[in-house]
Amino acid sequence: MTTQSEVYQEPEKNIGDVVLDVKDLRTYLYTRWGITKAVDGLNFQVREGETLGIVGESGCGKSMTALTLLRLAPKPAARIVSGEIWLDGENILERPENEMRFVRGQKISMILQDPMTSLNPVFTVGNQMVEALGMYYQEEQQRGLRERAVDILRRMGVAAPERRVHDFPHQMSGGMKQRVVGAMAIAGTPRVLICDEPTTALDVTIQAQYLRLLKQVQAESGVSIIFITHDMGVVAKMCDRVLVMYAGRVVEQGEIRTLFKNPSHPYTKALMASVPSMEEKHVDKLYSIEGQPPALFDLPVGCRFANRCEFVTDKCLEAYPSSFSDDQGHTADCWLLEGQSEWHKVAEAAV
Amino acid sequence: MATEGSVLQLPQRLPWYSPTRLRNLGTLIFKEYPVVWLTILFLVLVFPALTADFTAPHDPLKQQLSKRLTPPVWDQGNPDKPGTWTNILGTDKQGRDILSRIMHGSRISLMVSLSALAIGGTIGTTLGLVSGYFGRWVDHLIMRVVDTFLALPLILMALVIVAVFGPSFYTAIGVISVLLWSRYTRQIRAEVLSIKALDFVARARVAGCSNLRIIVKHVFPNVVNTLIVLATLQVGTVILLEATLSFLGAGIPRPNPAWGVMVADGRDHIASAWWIAVMPGLAIMFVVLSMNMMGDWLRDKLDPKLRQV
Amino acid sequence: MEQDVLLRATDLTKYFPVTKGLVLQKIIGWVQAVDHINFTIRRGETLALVGESGCGKTTTAKLILRLERPTTGQISLENSDVHQMEGEELKQYHTDVQAVFQDPWSSLSPRMRVRDIISEALVVNQKVTKVEAYDRVDYLLTQVGLRTQQSTLYPHEFSGGQRQRLALAAALVGNPKLICLDEPVSALDVSIQAQIINLLKDLQESFGVGYLLVAHNLATVRYLANEVAVMYLGEIVEQAETNELYDNTLHPYTKALFSAALTANPDSQREEIILRGEVPSPINPPSGCRFHVRCPYAMDICSQEIPVRKEMAPGHFVNCHLY
Repeated sequence: MTTQSEVYQEPEKNIGDVVLDVKDLRTYLYTRWGITKAVDGLNFQVREGETLGIVGESGCGKSMTALTLLRLAPKPAARIVSGEIWLDGENILERPENEMRFVRGQKISMILQDPMTSLNPVFTVGNQMVEALGMYYQEEQQRGLRERAVDILRRMGVAAPERRVHDFPHQMSGGMKQRVVGAMAIAGTPRVLICDEPTTALDVTIQAQYLRLLKQVQAESGVSIIFITHDMGVVAKMCDRVLVMYAGRVVEQGEIRTLFKNPSHPYTKALMASVPSMEEKHVDKLYSIEGQPPALFDLPVGCRFANRCEFVTDKCLEAYPSSFSDDQGHTADCWLLEGQSEWHKVAEAAV
Repeated sequence: MATEGSVLQLPQRLPWYSPTRLRNLGTLIFKEYPVVWLTILFLVLVFPALTADFTAPHDPLKQQLSKRLTPPVWDQGNPDKPGTWTNILGTDKQGRDILSRIMHGSRISLMVSLSALAIGGTIGTTLGLVSGYFGRWVDHLIMRVVDTFLALPLILMALVIVAVFGPSFYTAIGVISVLLWSRYTRQIRAEVLSIKALDFVARARVAGCSNLRIIVKHVFPNVVNTLIVLATLQVGTVILLEATLSFLGAGIPRPNPAWGVMVADGRDHIASAWWIAVMPGLAIMFVVLSMNMMGDWLRDKLDPKLRQV
Repeated sequence: MEQDVLLRATDLTKYFPVTKGLVLQKIIGWVQAVDHINFTIRRGETLALVGESGCGKTTTAKLILRLERPTTGQISLENSDVHQMEGEELKQYHTDVQAVFQDPWSSLSPRMRVRDIISEALVVNQKVTKVEAYDRVDYLLTQVGLRTQQSTLYPHEFSGGQRQRLALAAALVGNPKLICLDEPVSALDVSIQAQIINLLKDLQESFGVGYLLVAHNLATVRYLANEVAVMYLGEIVEQAETNELYDNTLHPYTKALFSAALTANPDSQREEIILRGEVPSPINPPSGCRFHVRCPYAMDICSQEIPVRKEMAPGHFVNCHLY
């Protein structure tokens, strides 16, 4: 192993056709407090080789979105009450449950936040990978599968994978375990990879390694990544487009640079302003959003951000805002944009 | 299973006869509010224990040899001795009324179990708190003693102790407490170990609280739930243990109407007069079953780790 | 200058034994969690310890809080040794030095009322009546942005951000001189983080309290700290006044750490250094400079000699053979 960092070049991005198209997706949780609208009318598309970020605070529905896309939302509490998920030209919500295992892993796959709970502590990493791979390459022999496992681990940047396959999860560091989880997620060559806060449990220098690795894997395989995070820095680093979620709905979406330069929804603006910067000397006071997000089982009629918004008007309290869009595909749900020349209404709010 | 279609509209409310709602009703009665178990407990255990002096139809100790071995009221098979309404559940071989004996027996069961739980629980909890909180050699010492106690054959131990002290109400309580405390210690210690690692205990230490204060004010209140659940689940065990000891003649001395004694007395007549053993046996079964169900219910209610959405 | 020093750590070291065997407990090694570090915290100012997990920053905070005893070295608060204190002096220490922990869900005693949690340090260490203590609680609740009516509630009735406010109120109860903040905002949502950061800053001004901030988020650190010490494997590798450090990182590890921190700017043109490998085990740290196995600029001398502390600019110290 050399001790020098190699000269690093950002891999080229090749963004292709739409792979995943989600239309009006709603997942409700039927709890004892009432109906919790965890995902409430989600529309978005992901293209081949693209990274889509979903940002929001805890409880905004971003993790439930991920589970819904895999149809793994916890039953019987969670129900997908409406919507379509078109993956590779097929609405996977129409598949019977017992065929979903052919979709999961091979078409759409996921990396979870906590690598400790994603791996079974009593089996070696190799055995767990061989079992996962056996699903995808059913005709292949044990030996061939093991070689494949080693190969994939090497692609995920695991040093000396021939020896590492005999290790148990507890013998590995957090970063290494998360690489193994990543390797298992890409083993079935999925079209879409969902990453739910994959680096929150990792240290910053290990996070940097991991994010670079994901980019390399994407450049090699053309997989589309849905990156769920609360960290604006990670979004800026990884994503091509971003959805900003608040209280179960997407309030703003757009291409990364436009969104960061010109956030148009007051929530996005506030979110960006409230992150302290390490590049500037400190200012007097950080911008902060007062109050709490509304409870998802007791949502207001109007805009869900209205109670914390400093530009709130009567209209905001009465009706959920329509979606407005500019010509570059930058969309936001806010009444303030109504009547502005560069913004035009694309859809009535369907709440 | 139906697929989750694109426009699956759900009704706001299902009709009452739908399987889901019927199941929910069952859940409501047995799980959400354990009405059935509470009723049984009240009828078989608590009510008679409190009021047996006024409500029992007969004196539990009064012998009427003319009425001996009367079957329960619904058993009219024997023309010489048909069941009568005077002795609803029949009489034993000395002609004592079984219903009255069961009612008075519930008081003994309740008192023995509550006292034994109080004594065993206090000792066990204290040792568990000390063991879990201080760790190191204190923990080692206490846990080895606990292991030893858990490895002892319970009944044999009890028989030996009773052989030394002689059977009495207090010996029974003492013996059962001695046998019980180790379970509390184990469970509470495990709980304390996880609580001790939480930040609020560190915060209390930073604030300068003494160990005693931390145990009493910060740790103990957080094991109370576990303690309640454990105690409820143990009532059943204690009643069974008391019955077993009495059955073996090492528990409550005759002629006190303890349930275990009654079962033991009925043993010889099980072929001819089944009711003598079966009636107190049923009482034991109902109480223990209800107690265990209550324990499960309490655990679901009080233990946030098992609480569902 | 010298009388401004509130807390001084000298040669502070904490090793944890690694034992093997059930009976004999033979010591087979030492986890060198904190290794001969020196720092000072000035009155009313903030020192931040930054670094990755396992670098010893939390252990350092625990040593100050008397939750651990140092192996060697000493910590002195206003020139009296913290770990030698007894009796009244110790009681005073327990009101003078307080802590706020990372996880607001586990740091408040769940079965106590808010007012009892907040007033605890006062009740335990000083002779105060209940009325005085609760008056103080009401005052502090308003100071941290909560309502006095909330003093009889239990912690589970509050949200994460509010609980962190409660923890702050509890820390402030005895007019402390120093509060150790262990990752005070990293468990909170982004929009709530800003509220707490602002509050920390306001409280420091109004109460004149010093902070020891343990954090990994460099942006938060820049906003709150006056001085920053970067730790790696139990050692302080670089230490400087905040703006000096952020504008002029010297140690290769600091450079890598700063480059790995992400900014909310997609066009950021910062140089990206990605370290190879992972942090070595603190049981057998590498010889010489502990960073040399991952360092992009490692030289022969780095694996042989432990670098000495050099002052590169006024108050800017670095332990590296490059300088």
